[in-house]
Amino acid sequence: MSAAYEDRLRAFVGREIHPLRPGQDPVNVPMIRHWVEAMEDDNPIYLDEEAARATGRDGVVAPASMAQAWVMRGYAATAAAKGGGGPADELTDLLAEGGYTSVVATDSEFEFHRELVPGDHVAAREVVESISPEKATALGAGRFITSLRTYHDQDGEIVAVQRWRILRFRPKPKPQKPREPEERPEGTAAERPEERAPRPQPAINRDNAFWFEAARERRLLIQRCAACRTLRHPPGPCCPECGSFEWDTVRASGDAHVYSFVVNHHPRHPAFDYPLIVAVVELAEGTRLITNLVGVTPEEVEIDMPVVLDWVDAGPESSLPVFRPVAQEGQ
Amino acid sequence: MNVARPLSGAAAIAGIGATEFSKNSGRSELRLACEAVLAAVADAGLKPSDVDGLVTFTADTNSEIHVARSTGIGELTFFSRVGYGGGAACGTLQQAAMAVATGAAEVVVCYRAFNERSGERYGLGQAERPMDTSADRAAYAWMTPYGLNTPAQWVAMFARRYMHEYGATSEDFGRVAVVDRRHAAVNPAAWFYGRPITLEEHQASRWIAEPLHLLDCCQETDGGQALVVVSAERARDLPHPPAVVRAAAQGSGADQHMMTSYYRPSISGIPEMGLVGRQLYRQSGLGPDDVDAAILYDHFTPLVLPQLEELGFCGTGEAKDFIADGHLELGGRLPFNTHGGQLGEAYLHGMNGVAEAVRLVRGTSVNQPDDVRNVIVTAGTGVPTSGLLLGADG
Repeated sequence: MSAAYEDRLRAFVGREIHPLRPGQDPVNVPMIRHWVEAMEDDNPIYLDEEAARATGRDGVVAPASMAQAWVMRGYAATAAAKGGGGPADELTDLLAEGGYTSVVATDSEFEFHRELVPGDHVAAREVVESISPEKATALGAGRFITSLRTYHDQDGEIVAVQRWRILRFRPKPKPQKPREPEERPEGTAAERPEERAPRPQPAINRDNAFWFEAARERRLLIQRCAACRTLRHPPGPCCPECGSFEWDTVRASGDAHVYSFVVNHHPRHPAFDYPLIVAVVELAEGTRLITNLVGVTPEEVEIDMPVVLDWVDAGPESSLPVFRPVAQEGQ
Repeated sequence: MNVARPLSGAAAIAGIGATEFSKNSGRSELRLACEAVLAAVADAGLKPSDVDGLVTFTADTNSEIHVARSTGIGELTFFSRVGYGGGAACGTLQQAAMAVATGAAEVVVCYRAFNERSGERYGLGQAERPMDTSADRAAYAWMTPYGLNTPAQWVAMFARRYMHEYGATSEDFGRVAVVDRRHAAVNPAAWFYGRPITLEEHQASRWIAEPLHLLDCCQETDGGQALVVVSAERARDLPHPPAVVRAAAQGSGADQHMMTSYYRPSISGIPEMGLVGRQLYRQSGLGPDDVDAAILYDHFTPLVLPQLEELGFCGTGEAKDFIADGHLELGGRLPFNTHGGQLGEAYLHGMNGVAEAVRLVRGTSVNQPDDVRNVIVTAGTGVPTSGLLLGADG
């Protein structure tokens, strides 16, 4: 990717791609009714005045997550699928120029400031917060576009804030391997790469955060006791050898060998290709690590086989160490 | 009471009770617990109002107060929970025996009830469970991002290494499943009643997590099981021959993890089970040669093999030969899982196995071997665990 292209992308960061624009209709009971019926949400505060007042409200309220619905452009405009040539379309076109022609939404985080009631009229604007460098993902190489949407009422007060993240990516060709009869029927997410789910995310806490933060920068660390220098993994707050709470880290060389491995077939998680090889490798430094083996078929894996560190992007803010066979001389 | 070994012989299991074992009970977990508890109390010839202690698993959703209130059990002087999934099974009986031996309670019911098949299935794994920052949840951070999510996968990692070190094969694991299913086939309470399998069927069953085939994995079950513990002395006045608690022990090994203790110098044994076994023999004054039958935890076949080794029934790495020689069969050296095990009867987190050990001591198993005096029972493998040695009175 050229430096000029990067600059053109970077110019969108901080830019307003949707100016403040009111929704087509004010907040109204018929749309609320359609929504809660479709969602099978039977909370009475959305439709029953008396029940809403019994909860201390002045009357019925709109479901909080309808915020986005009030500003959608509607069926006719969507069916016409015609860009208006605004900055949002310019960004889409620029990404398509880079080959990122497919899109999948990855995150939507809402903060709700107040409940909307019939008669409110919602308007929204959207500003680009960040555009990631190209990341290798299970769907294909792509960039994560994060934007901030603010929802205002008729008085200009903010009623909700939404952090919205999409992945624009270059679709990978589908793998051409034969499917086993035990696999899920066609049409599940696992079979449609464009809907590939992110890997299960690690639970981060104060004892393990350093490791995952380093992994994001593609550095494989091993925790080391600062007192007796014993290495340990998985990390913990205290040295089992000497009891010291002081620790630092060393960076792993990346050399390892397979200690044991499994080949997963069932159940399937939509983030992975199956059969999936999971291994316990023993690092040259002596600690062991659960990981995936890549660049090798299940039939080729053997215990004690030498492997070397590689990386996969496991989500917008996560890289994970994996291992591949050491390249053989002359191959 | 033996002063040097105050627990051995102090307590006995006097009652057992269970619901049917199904794939969809159609009723609440609390109701299953109540049905099992009331059946066990009735089997012991007691009334709910006689019960003053309750013990269950931390994993159980049915708190003691709900069970007590619902079943007409009044005041409780002892209530306790044991952690670590199926590793808790025999530990609940140890809690009960200690409570009875010390006078903390006189009649303690241990129970476990769940809709594990129709409700939250453990076999689906941990990938989508809610996040928090606890050490237990953070432990999964080393597995789930790599797709190592389920109990079968965790066990497969041990199994592969065991095969590598001792030359065991998938068929060696399969023989465990065949024995379980043969015993279940004649047990009307078993889910797989009337459905034995052959080793060929085991080998032909689909892969779940290599080297585990489908038929290496236990089923998932809805149901409840309860057991009543009283003093050995009181048990003698109740309807059934007492199953005396000769020994009860828990064990957590060095560098213990939940199902993934992959960081120990060797992962081909189950040191926490060795720790349980040594305590059982020391408490009871018995040894492996005194044990006439075994109920060994069999959520997955491969971990039955190192249990036989850790408990001293054969040498390290020799379990495959011990099994191939037929020692787990009726008429063998160590008749095993005569109810069909969790593979064949039901997955009740090991509690149905304790009930089968009671039947073996009573002489009422559907697969009753001759001359059973002492039975060993184990709880979950790969986790902090527990064990029991039950014996006939006198």
